[in-house]
Amino acid sequence: MPEQLAFALEVTANGLMAGVLYALVALGFVLIYKASGIFNYAQGVMALFAALTLAGIMDGQVPFSHLINAVFGTDVHHFGWNVPAFLAILLTMVVMIALAYAVQRLVFRHLVGQEPIILFMATIGLAYFLEGVGDLMWGSDIKSMDVGLPQGINTWIDETTFEALGYGFFIDNLDIVASIIAALLVIGLVMFAQYTKQGRAMRAVADDHQAALSVGVSLNFIWILVWSLAGFVALVAGIMWGTKSGVQFSLSLIALKALPVLMLGGFTSIPGAIVGGLIIGVGEKLFEFLIGAPFLGGATENWFAYMLALIFLVFRPQGLFGEKIIERV
Amino acid sequence: MLYRESGDFSSTYAEDSQTFPIKFDRYRYYFVLFVAIAVIPFMINDYWVNSLFLPFLIYAIAAIGLNILVGYCGQVSLGTGGFMAVGAYACYKLMTSFPDVSMLIHVLLAGLITAAVGVLFGLPSLRIKGFYLAVATLAAQFFLVWLFNRVPWFYNYSASGQISAPERTFLGVNITGANTQAWATYLFCLMFVIFSAYVARNLTRGSVGRKWMAIRDMDIAAEIIGVNPLRAKLTAFAISSFFIGISGALFFSIYLGAVEVGEAFGIQKSFLVLFMIIIGGLGSIFGSFAGAAFLVLLPVVLKIVGVDWLGWPTDIVAHLQLVIVGGLIIVFLIAEPHGLAQLWRVAKEKLRLWPFPH
Repeated sequence: MPEQLAFALEVTANGLMAGVLYALVALGFVLIYKASGIFNYAQGVMALFAALTLAGIMDGQVPFSHLINAVFGTDVHHFGWNVPAFLAILLTMVVMIALAYAVQRLVFRHLVGQEPIILFMATIGLAYFLEGVGDLMWGSDIKSMDVGLPQGINTWIDETTFEALGYGFFIDNLDIVASIIAALLVIGLVMFAQYTKQGRAMRAVADDHQAALSVGVSLNFIWILVWSLAGFVALVAGIMWGTKSGVQFSLSLIALKALPVLMLGGFTSIPGAIVGGLIIGVGEKLFEFLIGAPFLGGATENWFAYMLALIFLVFRPQGLFGEKIIERV
Repeated sequence: MLYRESGDFSSTYAEDSQTFPIKFDRYRYYFVLFVAIAVIPFMINDYWVNSLFLPFLIYAIAAIGLNILVGYCGQVSLGTGGFMAVGAYACYKLMTSFPDVSMLIHVLLAGLITAAVGVLFGLPSLRIKGFYLAVATLAAQFFLVWLFNRVPWFYNYSASGQISAPERTFLGVNITGANTQAWATYLFCLMFVIFSAYVARNLTRGSVGRKWMAIRDMDIAAEIIGVNPLRAKLTAFAISSFFIGISGALFFSIYLGAVEVGEAFGIQKSFLVLFMIIIGGLGSIFGSFAGAAFLVLLPVVLKIVGVDWLGWPTDIVAHLQLVIVGGLIIVFLIAEPHGLAQLWRVAKEKLRLWPFPH
């Protein structure tokens, strides 16, 4: 069955690309979890919020216009200008840093020393809060996002594979760009963590809060830094997903997809997030192709990742690359 | 002074382990029961029942169930929606397969089936802890919803993929379907609420509940002093799922009447019930009620204030509601991680000591 094999190969390639996007979201989780022990459920909503803000700024929308209109009976909606993509991305980054500062200052500073599960629930609260604020600020209609990334079928791959296998692969340019950006992002983050002063301080905090504090690392600063980095990763993920499928509520659900990725890769490992993302991406696409669609009625992508992670965890509770969990009484 | 007891005056075990050691509390409890059973049914109409009382009662059962798992046994679950769906679909299949059997038995059986499913998905909890478990329960959530969507047997091959409750009676009174009386549905749900709260309260203060709490506080230490983690965790999953299944069955058959699984039992439902117990108070039966009441009332109040008084568009009010719920959760976690129930406990403590607080 050379044709089936070619299909399977194409599915695998697309799965790898999807996996990269999952990994991108998972990366934001890992950053925050490593540095502060907070499992940030709001990562997906942060991606949505970043994408909404970017789209809103580029479009020249007035923030909170619906609310202002409702309260004061006015009719404002647009400033009447369009912001170029690059500037808009910078502005959005400023918003994300401000958000990181506010989150640290108003929420997590008051929760230092609480149990991890309380912190987790606080981030769920944060997710709801941000979702509501995002909708209030920019409206809940679906927005398209265009920051100039290439889209559509990659003709070179299509033609090459057609000549080689007699069947042209459909691979989106955007996915290729996303993979490259994700790779760069990971390299950048690793370099940052390994070679800069702030990066080293970040790792020190991740290793031991108390010890880091005692050699003069400012916990507050590091946490704000980490949340900003997570905001940046969220922005990148938001741009990718937003370009792919429009800026809408379902964007925040990619956070849920990133969870099994994390469980596979381990919560504390950046390479783990990448490898986990790829495994999940390929696994769910192949499963849907080979078993889900023909035998189970399709749409198995909704749960396959979780089941895979669940079964995997039973045998290796700390994930592929996670630190071994040592428990003491 | 109405409020009494400031010290340890109990001289028998029975006195010592009372749920309401203070007379005033006890009478208040009887009074609330009396009002709920004998006064409210005569005063309510369809609007009140459908917008307030039924959701409150049904969510209270779900919250009690989840509280047993999360609050008492410390196993965080995000699969509540999926387990409610199991209850609903089990109830539907039973109702349509055995039309002559009483609804009471159907609902209880639906609870038992959900308990079995809960135990199945609780098995990984023996290996996985904390967040990992929370995420693992998401597997239950998504898998179950997908299952009920995709396997036509569960919805009796109906064209729309929905399930809708046929008319059934209990003690000769219609309680499901189109021709129901407000008081009948209310009393039917109330019966289950009282049963759940009674069972949950007595389980959690007995040896089973103490084992759960030992596991919650530190599972390894609990194991060393002789608590069997396998049994403790699986009983928590089973009993929690039992209540959640009952609430799912009632939610479908009594409250909504017709259900589309992804819409009614999606991941949002899991979070909603989780929020109820966080706001109400983890590890407290009263907290389950308080949280359920709070989150059922909040949208109604916001709608009345925002849409009816201020005349704002509904979508803005809906967004504001998200902001308020999210904000409240954060505020609660910062100010009072133990929720409304802790405020209540503090108030009671103050009342006990009054007027000589030192």
